[in-house]
Amino acid sequence: MFSFEGFIDLPLIWYALIGTAIFLYVLLDGFDLGIGILFPFAPSEKCQDRMMQSIAPFWDGNETWLVMGGGGLFAAFPLAYAILMPAFYIPVILMLLGLILRGVSFEFRFKAHDRSKKRWGYVFHLGSLVATLTQGMILGAFVQGVSVTGRTFSGGAFDWLNAFSVMTGVALVAGYALLGAAWLIMKTEDVTQEWARKCTGYLFWHVALFMGLVSLCMPIMDTRIRELWFDPVNFTFLSVMPVSCMVLFWMVWQDLRNKNEYRPFFLIQGIFLMNYIGIGVSTWPWLVPYRVTFRDAAAAAESQSLLLIGAVIMLPVVLAYTGYCYWIFRGKSSHETSY
Amino acid sequence: MTLPLDPALLARLQFAFTISFHILFPAFTIGLASWLAVVEWRWLKTGDETYRDVYRMWVKIFAVTFGMGVVSGIVLSYQFGTNWSVFADKVGNVLGPLLGFEVLTAFFLEASFLGIMLFGWNRVTPKMHFAATVIVASGTLVSAFWILSANSWMQTPQGFFIGDDGLYYPLNWLAIIFNSSFPYRMIHMVVAAYLTTAFAVSGVGAFYLYRKKFTDQAKVMFGMAMLMAIFVAPLQLLFGDLHGLNTFKEQPVKVAAMEGLWETQKGAPLVLFGWPDEESEATRFAIEIPKVSSLILTHHPDGEVRGLKEWPADRRPPVAPVFWSFRIMVGVGIMMILTGVLALFLYFRKRLFDCPWFHRWCMLMTPAGFIAVLSGWFVTEIGRQPYIVYNSLLTSESISPVAGIHVGLSLIAFIIIYGLVFGAGIYYIIRLVQKGPVPETETPYGGHGIEAPPLFSDVVTPKGEDHV
Repeated sequence: MFSFEGFIDLPLIWYALIGTAIFLYVLLDGFDLGIGILFPFAPSEKCQDRMMQSIAPFWDGNETWLVMGGGGLFAAFPLAYAILMPAFYIPVILMLLGLILRGVSFEFRFKAHDRSKKRWGYVFHLGSLVATLTQGMILGAFVQGVSVTGRTFSGGAFDWLNAFSVMTGVALVAGYALLGAAWLIMKTEDVTQEWARKCTGYLFWHVALFMGLVSLCMPIMDTRIRELWFDPVNFTFLSVMPVSCMVLFWMVWQDLRNKNEYRPFFLIQGIFLMNYIGIGVSTWPWLVPYRVTFRDAAAAAESQSLLLIGAVIMLPVVLAYTGYCYWIFRGKSSHETSY
Repeated sequence: MTLPLDPALLARLQFAFTISFHILFPAFTIGLASWLAVVEWRWLKTGDETYRDVYRMWVKIFAVTFGMGVVSGIVLSYQFGTNWSVFADKVGNVLGPLLGFEVLTAFFLEASFLGIMLFGWNRVTPKMHFAATVIVASGTLVSAFWILSANSWMQTPQGFFIGDDGLYYPLNWLAIIFNSSFPYRMIHMVVAAYLTTAFAVSGVGAFYLYRKKFTDQAKVMFGMAMLMAIFVAPLQLLFGDLHGLNTFKEQPVKVAAMEGLWETQKGAPLVLFGWPDEESEATRFAIEIPKVSSLILTHHPDGEVRGLKEWPADRRPPVAPVFWSFRIMVGVGIMMILTGVLALFLYFRKRLFDCPWFHRWCMLMTPAGFIAVLSGWFVTEIGRQPYIVYNSLLTSESISPVAGIHVGLSLIAFIIIYGLVFGAGIYYIIRLVQKGPVPETETPYGGHGIEAPPLFSDVVTPKGEDHV
């Protein structure tokens, strides 16, 4: 049996890989969930067709990163997976049901007409909204910590539900909608683009507000996080993140005024990245806050080694052909029927 | 007695429901993807537009079923944790990498190239589009490889040891991946998927032939499907038999339940029908053929077959569901083989495409594969009980610390949502079938999703019918 245990820090590498997979999921499915959130507010059915068409070739691949996150967590950190899934049982199930509804809406809406087409549009919206809200709530509950006894979850079924997690849920809805709106600025023209620009400007302030609130609440709620962030030495390094967020926000604002089409989407991704790193720093090194570290949760070195070979070979290939698909479907989206 | 809200039972019911629902879609799309690749290849090769029409009709049905398969599959990757967290913790070291490889080598591949397959007409060259179809088809097979390997390991676990902490650790990856029952299960399932697709396609083709609509396209569908029924359905009997022999060696108690045999005996009879009664530990009203069970399982009329009483009652699977599911699966399989025989007979009489009663029969056989696949999985999964990892880890000791009421409520939610999704999916598939393989009037590569950059057909002169 081979193992790279003696040569490299396997748990750390896997922590980084799973973290990256979940972040890629947030970025990629984030914008197409965001389009679902914005969907019923679009000015016309033609706009809705364009919106849906702009993500139809990608949503399936985007959602696969969620399977990678879940499957990867199971493979690399089975203990964390075994504790977190029962802990977030209800929101995870709701998220899955939401994802089912929105996923099938793509195919069904393409094939439906008139009233039932409208109905699948609403199902698409509802599914996206529920999935996003529950993801945000899981995140909010995650940073507050999970009760563990031995190797199992020992809290209540509704531990995840509180004011803070509701707020992070709503915050993520605003965040994904912002990503979606910026994607639409890039991928559509005319009426749809104008509308998307308006949405971006509107959501912009909400996201900034929520980010401020979350950044304020987290140190207040948890002394560990307060001590970490407000330690004078740390603060110098860590302030890079809030400062760069502000700069990015300012740049997005400029782009909206100058009618820049491509940059806002990537800038907003940058804002997401800064927040994600911020949460990562706050919860380091916990994989089940604040009970199990990523080292304690790590799978056997042999298991992590085997899968690492697969990941090292396959991930670049996956990224390459994902990029190829985005390249094939570059340019502006149309309202025409699909295939 | 178990309480109505026994969390272990509810967790099993929920998982059984979601996984049964899910398996219907891969069972269809594995075969459909491969068949679409063949049809597109024929089209590129011959330039015959009939193939194009067939492809473009079935790729729409493929899109609907694949979409439902993807979303119902995501659920499963999380349910290992939500329903079976203790199992996930204990066997994660062994099974985790297998599922990880499935995502890395298959899911991304399928999902990405599906986009090109569905929306890439006109965006890529015909050859690239064909390549996308082939890649999606291979992706479905690679996915089947990993998930069946993981499932087979739970049936015939090997290549591991259990540490002092009670966790499973890998000893030999090759032994884990290529465990004893895996090759048989893999072949049996992939062929089952091909047959499922063949009978679904033949049902639709027969419908058109019966109604005398789209005759050219229907002949392609029906003819190709009948080739499968003639040649592959009998082979499946052989593969199934080999799989059964492996089960007899590795999981004799499952075979005893399948056969409804309670007593260990030499020259065991084949129980055709009967009522396995767990209370009295006997199969009542049995219609038997003497010695045949021994003959099939040991290849000797007086070979010894162990009966259910060899195992304590709490180490036996539920007998009746295994017994009946097995008979349903075999019965459907025999009907498939008969269909093939009839097709061969009609072919030599030159009446294959002109025989209303046979077309009606094939229309009735449309769901045959789905029924066989589901009952086959019931046999193998219920037959593994009470273990989740055979002879090693009990199902009842693997469940998550989640209250029965929440499992029950989420089960109801799954039933409602899946019912809605399934109903709508069937409705749209029926509508697509009614619309039929309408020859499309637009450019050969048809509608597409996105305007700029220039279409392939704008850059290169469209070769239309004879592009190779």
